[in-house]
Amino acid sequence: MASAISNTVLDIDRIRAEFPILHRETQLGAPIIYLDSAATSQKPRQVIDIMSRYYEQQNANIHRGIHRLAEEATQSFEEARNKIAHFINANSSKEVIFTRNTTEAINLVAYSWGRANLQAGDMLLLTEMEHHSNLVPWQMLAAEKDLHLEFIPVTDEGLLDWTAFEHFLLREPRLVAFTHMSNVLGTINPAAEMVSLAHQAGALVLIDGAQSAPHLKVDMQTIGADFYAFSAHKMCGPTGIGVLYGREKLLASMPPFLGGGDMIRRVHLRSFTPNELPHKFEAGTPAIAEAIGLGAAVDFLESVGLEKIHQHEQLIVSYALERLEEIPGVVVYGPRPEKKGGVVSFKLDGVHPHDVAQLLDTVGIAVRAGHHCAMPLHERFHLPATTRASFYLYTMEQEIDRLVEGLYKVKEIFS
Amino acid sequence: MDDLYREVIIDRYKNPLMRGTLDPHDYSYEDDNPLCGDRIRIDVRVDSENKITEAAYNGEGCAISQASADLLVESIVGKNLDEVKALTKEDILEMLGIELGPVRLKCALLSLKVLKASVYGLENVEEELT
Repeated sequence: MASAISNTVLDIDRIRAEFPILHRETQLGAPIIYLDSAATSQKPRQVIDIMSRYYEQQNANIHRGIHRLAEEATQSFEEARNKIAHFINANSSKEVIFTRNTTEAINLVAYSWGRANLQAGDMLLLTEMEHHSNLVPWQMLAAEKDLHLEFIPVTDEGLLDWTAFEHFLLREPRLVAFTHMSNVLGTINPAAEMVSLAHQAGALVLIDGAQSAPHLKVDMQTIGADFYAFSAHKMCGPTGIGVLYGREKLLASMPPFLGGGDMIRRVHLRSFTPNELPHKFEAGTPAIAEAIGLGAAVDFLESVGLEKIHQHEQLIVSYALERLEEIPGVVVYGPRPEKKGGVVSFKLDGVHPHDVAQLLDTVGIAVRAGHHCAMPLHERFHLPATTRASFYLYTMEQEIDRLVEGLYKVKEIFS
Repeated sequence: MDDLYREVIIDRYKNPLMRGTLDPHDYSYEDDNPLCGDRIRIDVRVDSENKITEAAYNGEGCAISQASADLLVESIVGKNLDEVKALTKEDILEMLGIELGPVRLKCALLSLKVLKASVYGLENVEEELT
């Protein structure tokens, strides 16, 4: 099979061979075309295997066990944390808090830092392109503490309105929280620049990295954010585990979030002393196998190289935009390829996105239709829903060709 | 690809027979499915014996939701309200003539939910339609 574009930076066949599910055949006898990686990525063999191996050979509860299995499980779990700290270039593994997912990581900051530090009338600055997970926790906190929320508008091109951003900073927000990469438009926001301006204005910064950590090299020292949240399942890892990165000093100053086992140093009937970082924020038995799975996912991504993954996705998304825009009636939302990652959301005139997705499914193509947990952004563009195709390191140009053929068929049915 | 959406669905979506509003009306209700952005309003007029004399729907959304509304509203003209009460999920699926997964089922059943809520209150709509 000719794959001129797909093979430019990656050995696409070798990469695809690592993902068992990509070889699953649909009812049509052809391998499934999975264009829904922004929702969740597929998992390479080594992630699946390491988790099975953990349950087959190491399973035990971690941290306080004296026996051999408990020691091995603890070691594997903490090794995974070290790998992640290295992956994002944190100063220390104490800055890596395991959560269930990005959403829980953001909630942790809202409930712990937010409740302890914010007062009535304080302003939080968000953006119009946020996923619900970086909106609703702040709305809940705002209602509780009488805070003021402001939103950086999104331009027609799908970029943040920089003038408005600078203008809002003059009003001294306490926190600026934004997505590194939009899960709808694909827009990659200039995180380091935004952090620097926000810091100059005296604000802390939280970045939703759910879409960026899987696809870009994210370096905590370069970006400089105070908090950075991401999920394992979008980056070749399992569901049920995510990460909150926080600057150590800041995390140390924050009260615990959930109470229970593991997050304490000692407990009396009427009081407790919190544990050290990172355990202070990890109440209860964590997702041990999943943490180890995330460690393996990070190894896998590093073995391919995040720069190469990003370059590959740039080629694929450029090709996808070119091909989609040649279809009469297709309107694509979001910036040009050089400013976006591997996500393309579009509408097809006269056909509801759910019908598009349903018909594409009948030819073995998995795309997503709906508001993609970003209803305010869809309102901004006056759209009830969009169809979204999203890509990853295993996406091939032939799959884009099949998507385009599929869309022509959908048009024909509705013509 | 074409077997999934039978001709009747595409046809009713593109050329609806029962689209519009009735003002005045005896019963009216509107609801949406925020997950998809499907929205349907149904207006109904009845005579002194609670027989439906006229009905119309308005709204926007996917082909399944709109075609099912068009077919449903057409089918109730001439029926009495007790017959409307007796309509089930299966009746809708029979009209559409297709099988649907759980997500799309909500699209197909939105019109029945709206109709039942309009004539005898949302609280009486069966769980499977909400």
